[in-house]
Amino acid sequence: MGDLAAENHAKYILTVEKKKDDIESVLMEHLRINGAYWGLTTLDILGKLTAVDQETVISWVMSCQHESGGFGGNEGHDPHLLYTLSAIQILALFNKIDTLDIQKVTNYITALQNEDGSFSGDKWGEIDTRFSYVAICSLALLKQLDKINVEKAVRYIISCKNLDGGFGCTPGAESHAGQIFCCIGALAITGSLHYVDKDLLGWWLCERQVKSGGLNGRPEKLPDVCYSWWVLSSLIMIDRVHWIDKDKLVKFILDCQDKENGGISDRPDDAVDVFHTYFGVAGLSLLEYPGLKAIDPAYALPVDVINRILLR
Amino acid sequence: MHGRPRKPSTPVDENASAIKAAKIRSIQSQFLHNHHNHTYTNESLEVNAKLIELNPEFMTAWNYRKLAFQHNISNIKPDADVAEADRIRLIIDEELRVVESALRKNFKSYGAWHHRKWVISKGNASTERELKLLNLFQKQDTRNFHAWNYRRFIAGLKNISDEKELQFTTDMINDNFSNYSAWHNRSVLLSHLLEKKVDGYFPKEIFLKEEYEFVRNAVFTDPDDQSGWFYHLWLLDQTVKVDMPKLVSSWPPHGFEITKTTFPVVLFFNEPVEGVNLHTVSVQVEKDIFKNITWSPLSANTFKCGRAWLTHLTIPLGEINSAKIFQVKVSSEDSQGIISLNGVPCSQHWSFAFTVSVCHDLQPEGQSLARILMTDENFSTVDINSNVMNLFESYFELTSDYEQFTSPKWKSEMIASEIDNYRELLTWAECKIGKLTLARLLMANDAMITDTPNTTHVEEVLQLYSELMELDPTHYQYYKDGYSLVFLKQLTSSKESLMKYCWQYKESTSSNITGPVCLRLNSLSLSRFGSLERLLWVQSLDLSHNQLHSIEGLEALQLLSFLNLSHNKLGSFTALEPLRFLKSLRVLNISYNEIGVHTVDTRRYLCSSPLSHTRDYDKKFEEFATADEKVVHFWEAYSVFGGLDVKQLDIIGNAVVDERFVLFLVKLFPGLKWLGGEELH
Repeated sequence: MGDLAAENHAKYILTVEKKKDDIESVLMEHLRINGAYWGLTTLDILGKLTAVDQETVISWVMSCQHESGGFGGNEGHDPHLLYTLSAIQILALFNKIDTLDIQKVTNYITALQNEDGSFSGDKWGEIDTRFSYVAICSLALLKQLDKINVEKAVRYIISCKNLDGGFGCTPGAESHAGQIFCCIGALAITGSLHYVDKDLLGWWLCERQVKSGGLNGRPEKLPDVCYSWWVLSSLIMIDRVHWIDKDKLVKFILDCQDKENGGISDRPDDAVDVFHTYFGVAGLSLLEYPGLKAIDPAYALPVDVINRILLR
Repeated sequence: MHGRPRKPSTPVDENASAIKAAKIRSIQSQFLHNHHNHTYTNESLEVNAKLIELNPEFMTAWNYRKLAFQHNISNIKPDADVAEADRIRLIIDEELRVVESALRKNFKSYGAWHHRKWVISKGNASTERELKLLNLFQKQDTRNFHAWNYRRFIAGLKNISDEKELQFTTDMINDNFSNYSAWHNRSVLLSHLLEKKVDGYFPKEIFLKEEYEFVRNAVFTDPDDQSGWFYHLWLLDQTVKVDMPKLVSSWPPHGFEITKTTFPVVLFFNEPVEGVNLHTVSVQVEKDIFKNITWSPLSANTFKCGRAWLTHLTIPLGEINSAKIFQVKVSSEDSQGIISLNGVPCSQHWSFAFTVSVCHDLQPEGQSLARILMTDENFSTVDINSNVMNLFESYFELTSDYEQFTSPKWKSEMIASEIDNYRELLTWAECKIGKLTLARLLMANDAMITDTPNTTHVEEVLQLYSELMELDPTHYQYYKDGYSLVFLKQLTSSKESLMKYCWQYKESTSSNITGPVCLRLNSLSLSRFGSLERLLWVQSLDLSHNQLHSIEGLEALQLLSFLNLSHNKLGSFTALEPLRFLKSLRVLNISYNEIGVHTVDTRRYLCSSPLSHTRDYDKKFEEFATADEKVVHFWEAYSVFGGLDVKQLDIIGNAVVDERFVLFLVKLFPGLKWLGGEELH
């Protein structure tokens, strides 16, 4: 089994943060705030968050805020729930949530809840259980969860439960590990996991582990490091993670590293990116790989950050 | 981001990349400029279209198009040559063209699909055109869930019948069995048709037979493809499931004799339910001596639902020592009020009756408590002639008024036929899900209630699970858990099998705590606990030397006063959450577990906690521990143990235990007499 090239991964992230003018960075500009969250959380898990200049980051994050209270993917971009969560998560990492006008951000989020309990991603009305998760996670971190109709939100999520025990984006949509993570995370945060058939879903999830030891996102698809987060955190939240072979998964993730240049890719020998680097490192943390900070499976932030916010 | 090969970049690559990047940058900033200035001219729309083609995931770019659309539609200037309706159609067609071209670049773009949906919702949609587009993308990638979702949207918008869509899934599956998406949609459509009681699909046995055949073709063709097997599991569930919540067990059992003045009453259902209260459950006793009966669910959530419900009944002082025997009847009353989490009411009528006699001298819980030891020498076998047998009879022989529906014939016939089919498959294919399916079919068969006595297949099922542990070691623990559950089911299925594990505590003065019988399930390699409905009578339980990492369900055993969980794999205090409900617990042994070793807590969201908003942070905690100890172990231990009256505790062999923690525990349990074998003063 190879080792985790922690130093090089941290260096890789810091490099990506500075590089802005190559084609990959430009094509990712619209979700830079997501990228910042992935990079910074990875650094924190690796114990290297102090390598970034906190003030610069925070002031850039705040510059992404739109007058509506929501955050865009970058400065001058339209607001959306997906980017708003990343903004809140980044501030949480630095223990600077009080930088926000909490009421303003809360109002932006609560206004996006629909009559049936679902959430639109923004004013243009796309509905998806990903947004339910984002809204619930955001408000929980802001300690404003009671400002939405939680019961209806939960009911909508349950309406997206499928006959195989998994969850899709909307009612009737096929089960997919990413959606499952969002739904299970939202149900976990709202204390609603009793609605989940843990044995049924647990089996569907554990069957994502294929021969190579990696996890795929749904049946008969290729394994991908990002599922090491989505499938794994879901399994942990419903207490069925012992149904996969953790050692084999660790090996798969480690095989996806670019040990010389840093970074982790979706599959061994593919190009690396921040997205997969984060999911690989976070996955290893969930697998209790030594030397890594513990990460919370529902809020996707380090455990000490969550405890600091919620156990008070 | 996905599927690009890793290769080192050369200066030439980097240069080309920088040039291309600068070009995109320039288009991007042009676009943002137009967007912020609300410019919606043809030129600016073209800039946007170029950008979208380069980067279909740029959300703001799609937002702009919607703004442009709204702006341009409302600003259509009267034109003598072209009618307004046509102008609108042109604008719509242009949007649809931009979406299609973006989708050809990236057929998984959320932004593109949503934009199309948004435009189509404005009207003027051609079903034919949309289905044509869908066919194109669904052929390209039969698993594209965006396309399937969009298809569902169009079907809803254009009222395409479920049957037509069902035929589409049939065609897709016939084209390629390995199409989980098609099977999934099939299950959704069939459920709708069943729900709407459409001819040919209701009652369900009509379509089930055909579906079993259909899926058999798939799995027999390629047994290693998962798609069909998951569908089969759904068919099996449709076949066996009882569509409504039922009471399956209670404490006290029907016909039992209670000899305590205060005792719990537990209702145990087959699934979590809501609505157990005074109106839905009646407790009848002469002179109505039980006042203010309240039922509460034994669960961690704030939604007032649970599989097990509890109330306490107390004979009032004035009625004690009257040498009287009270008859108590607990029955369902307006049981429509008890509903499952799916909203299905329990229409079962149930009742059970027991007696309470309080003419014995009651042994008060002794102030001085001898240490209760737990090793083999302290136990002797149970006298078959003792009262213990009466207890078991209540559970295994006396009938109560829980209605036992005989399973309809078609169910047992269908299951039997499936068992034959898959036994046959396994003769020529060493297929793991095939074996698992057979095990599930056999268990389903055994669970059927038929007129003729059923032979059980437990041995065969246990054998299948053992084979699976070897055949598929990646999922070893899944099969192990399954094995444990089946093993416990068999163990608790009859008086005879249960007796083998029942022991009597030799030291009679301690029987106050241990009760007449101790159920010793130690050293059985159990990785999971179950069959709780058969164990509500248990007062004394030994689960030591197993592999349990969870004791989920144990909260239903309300009589539990002695519990030995030593030498297991309990990894956190949150795993002990069920103990919070066991107010009778006096002796607890959790030594040699794994509390304090793990950085990951798998029970964190399944217990009462501020993290899941099921419990507020309790400031009283700080009376027991300083503010900086509040995270993790101290808080969790406080959460689980606060309020319990444990007299004897063993906790050694857990990484969390140190001097400071021990002091904390002593403060937490004011009545604690024995800690780790040492007497406290």
